[in-house]
Amino acid sequence: MSTESLRIVWIYPDLLSTYGDRGNMLILARRAQQRGMPVEVLEVRSDQALPATADIYLIGGGEDGPQALGAQRLRADGGLHRAVAQGSVVFGVCAGYQLLGTSFFAKGVQCAGLELLDLSSDRGPSRAVGELAGDIDPRLGVPALTGFENHGGRTHLGPGVSPLARVTAGVGNDGATEGAWRGKLLGTYSHGPALARNPALADLLLRWATGAHQLPPLDDTWADRLRAERRAAVAAARA
Amino acid sequence: MPLRAKVASSVSRTAAALSRAAGRGDGSVIGGWIGLKIDPDLLAHLSAGRAIALVSGTNGKTTTTRLTTAAVGVLGRVATNSFGANMPTGHTSALAKAGSTPYAVLEVDEHYLAQVLEATEPHVVALLNLSRDQLDRAKEVAMMAQLWRAALVNHPDVRVVANADDPMVVWAATPPGDPARGIRPPHVTWFSAGQRWHDDSWVCPECGHTIARNGDQWWCSGCPLRRPDPHWAVEDDGVLDPTGAWHKVVLQLPGKVNLGNAATALAVAAEFGVRPVDAVSRLGAVTSIAGRYAQVDRDGRNIRLLLAKNPASWLEAFDMADFAPTLLSINARDPDGLDTSWLFDVDFAPLRGRQVLITGDRAYDLAVRLDVNGVPFQHVRTFGEAVRAVPPGRLEVIANYTAFQDIRAELDRVN
Repeated sequence: MSTESLRIVWIYPDLLSTYGDRGNMLILARRAQQRGMPVEVLEVRSDQALPATADIYLIGGGEDGPQALGAQRLRADGGLHRAVAQGSVVFGVCAGYQLLGTSFFAKGVQCAGLELLDLSSDRGPSRAVGELAGDIDPRLGVPALTGFENHGGRTHLGPGVSPLARVTAGVGNDGATEGAWRGKLLGTYSHGPALARNPALADLLLRWATGAHQLPPLDDTWADRLRAERRAAVAAARA
Repeated sequence: MPLRAKVASSVSRTAAALSRAAGRGDGSVIGGWIGLKIDPDLLAHLSAGRAIALVSGTNGKTTTTRLTTAAVGVLGRVATNSFGANMPTGHTSALAKAGSTPYAVLEVDEHYLAQVLEATEPHVVALLNLSRDQLDRAKEVAMMAQLWRAALVNHPDVRVVANADDPMVVWAATPPGDPARGIRPPHVTWFSAGQRWHDDSWVCPECGHTIARNGDQWWCSGCPLRRPDPHWAVEDDGVLDPTGAWHKVVLQLPGKVNLGNAATALAVAAEFGVRPVDAVSRLGAVTSIAGRYAQVDRDGRNIRLLLAKNPASWLEAFDMADFAPTLLSINARDPDGLDTSWLFDVDFAPLRGRQVLITGDRAYDLAVRLDVNGVPFQHVRTFGEAVRAVPPGRLEVIANYTAFQDIRAELDRVN
C-alpha cells in the first residue's frame, strides 16, 4: 500500500456511472474495513486532476459520449498512466474496460483508448443484454464469474493480455472469452456492481493492492446464496 | 368522426368490456389494440375536439395524471387512462371508453411522447423528470431528453409545463426556435417540485460541461443553460402560484414529492383556465392510485403500499415512509427490467434503525446491497411471514413494479 491507509479512487463518476457502478467502490471499501484496514475513498470528477498515488482505481460504465470524453480527459491528465507505472491496481467495467485498450467505438467513431491493455473494441452485430457467466483464468484462483452485461461492443484481445474468463453464458468479449487482465489491471463486461456477485474477485483486487497472499475470510452467506441462485437461473434458462 | 373510426371505437369498447367480463384484465389495453388494428388513426380521431393534457416523465406520472384529472374536473368531464396503461393502445381505450368529453388528461410513457403528441395534438404537455430506469431496455437519459426536444420542435403551439429543477427536462423543453422555418421556441411554464436525485444530471446535455449546484439553484459551468425562475413552486405545505398567491394543499398522499405533483397538476389545470383556488380542494379527495399509497388493515397491522421502481423513486419512498417496520420487495421480471444493478445507486442508510424485512424474487441481490450498506435485515419467504414478523401498528411496504402487484394481489387487489 502507498500509505498507511488503502486509497481507492473512483474515476469520473460524473461521466462513467450508469449501472450502480458505485457498488464496486463500496464493496472494496467495506471488505477492506472488515479486515481492519483503514480506507480512504476518493471520487474524482472529470474536471479534477487524478491523483497518481492511490492503490486501486475504478472506472465504470457509461454512454458513448461520456466514454469518449472520459478517455480524452484521462489521456490528457496522465495520472492513471503514472499510477499504473507505480504498480497501482485498475479495475475497469464495460465502457471503462473498453477505454483501457488501444481503441474503441463511440457514436460510430473510432476513439483512442488509454493503451494500458493490449485490446481493441468495435461494435458487434447486436447488443449483448443478459446474464453473463464464465470460468475465470485458473491462475487467478477465483471461482466462476457471474454478472449482467449490457453492451454493443465486441473486444479483441492482443497477445499482451489474458482473457479473464471463458464464457459459459452470455457474450462477454466475443461469445468465447470475457474480460482481460495483465499484471494488476483487470477489465470485465460484467457491468455495474460486478463485485457484488463476485466477492472473491474483490478480494483478488485487495490482495493485489496490499501485497497480502491471503486475507482473513469474511461471512459471504448472502453473496454465496445470490451466486447459487444466479447459477441456477442461468442453468434453467439454458434447459 | 369517419365511419371507420366509429366502428373501430365501438369494437374497441366492446373488446374492453369483454376483457373485463372474462376476468382477463382491466380492459385498458386490449380494446385500444383492437381499435387501432381497424383504424390506425383512431387515437387522432378520438382526440379531435377535446382539449388534452399529456403528462410524461420517469416518475410520478400516474399520480400527477390523477391529480390533474381532479383539478381539470372543475371545468367538466375529463377522460383519463387511470389504470396506468400509458402507451397509445391505453390512450385509445381510455378515450373510446369515456365517450365524448370536453377534456382529457393522459399519462404517457416517456418513450411514446413524440408519437402521442402527433396523434392527439394536445393543448398542454407536462414534463416531470428524467432519470435512470430499467436500463436493460429503456433509452438512456440523455437520449430520452434529445427525443423529447426533437418532438417539441414539431409542435410549437403546445403549451409546455416543465420542471425547472431537472436540468435534463429544462434542456428538453427549450429547443431553439428556427426563424428561417418560422419555428418559435415553445411557450413554457416552469414549476419547481424539488428533486432529490441528481446523479443523472451532472453533465450538461447542451455542451458536456459540469452542472454546478447550490441549494435549489443549478447552472452549467460551460454554457448559458441554468435553472429558470419557476412560476409555480412548493412552499411549506402549499403551492405558490404565478401571481404570488399561496394555496394550502391538504393531500391524503404522503411525501414532499406528492406536494410537487400537486403543484404540477395545478399548473397544468391553469393552462385550461382553472383557478388554483377552485381546484385545490379536489386534490385532497385523491386517496390512492391503483394501489399506490393504499392502506390496508390486517391482523392489527396497518399496511401501507409504496411503489418504487428506480433509484429516484426509492429515495422519495424513504422520505414518505414513516419511521416504522419496513418490508422491501424486489423482483426482476420483464416489466421491472431484468437488471438489478441499480440497487447500488440507492443509499439505503435512511432505513437504519428501522426493522427491515426483505422478500421477492431477487431478495438476495437486496440482501447483498443492504449488507454492504450496513443495514440489518431479516429475509422472509412470504408476505404473510412479513406481517407476522412485525408488531401491531404501521408496516410500510416498498416494492418495485411486479413485486408491488404480487403484494397487492395478497391484499385482494386493493386500489
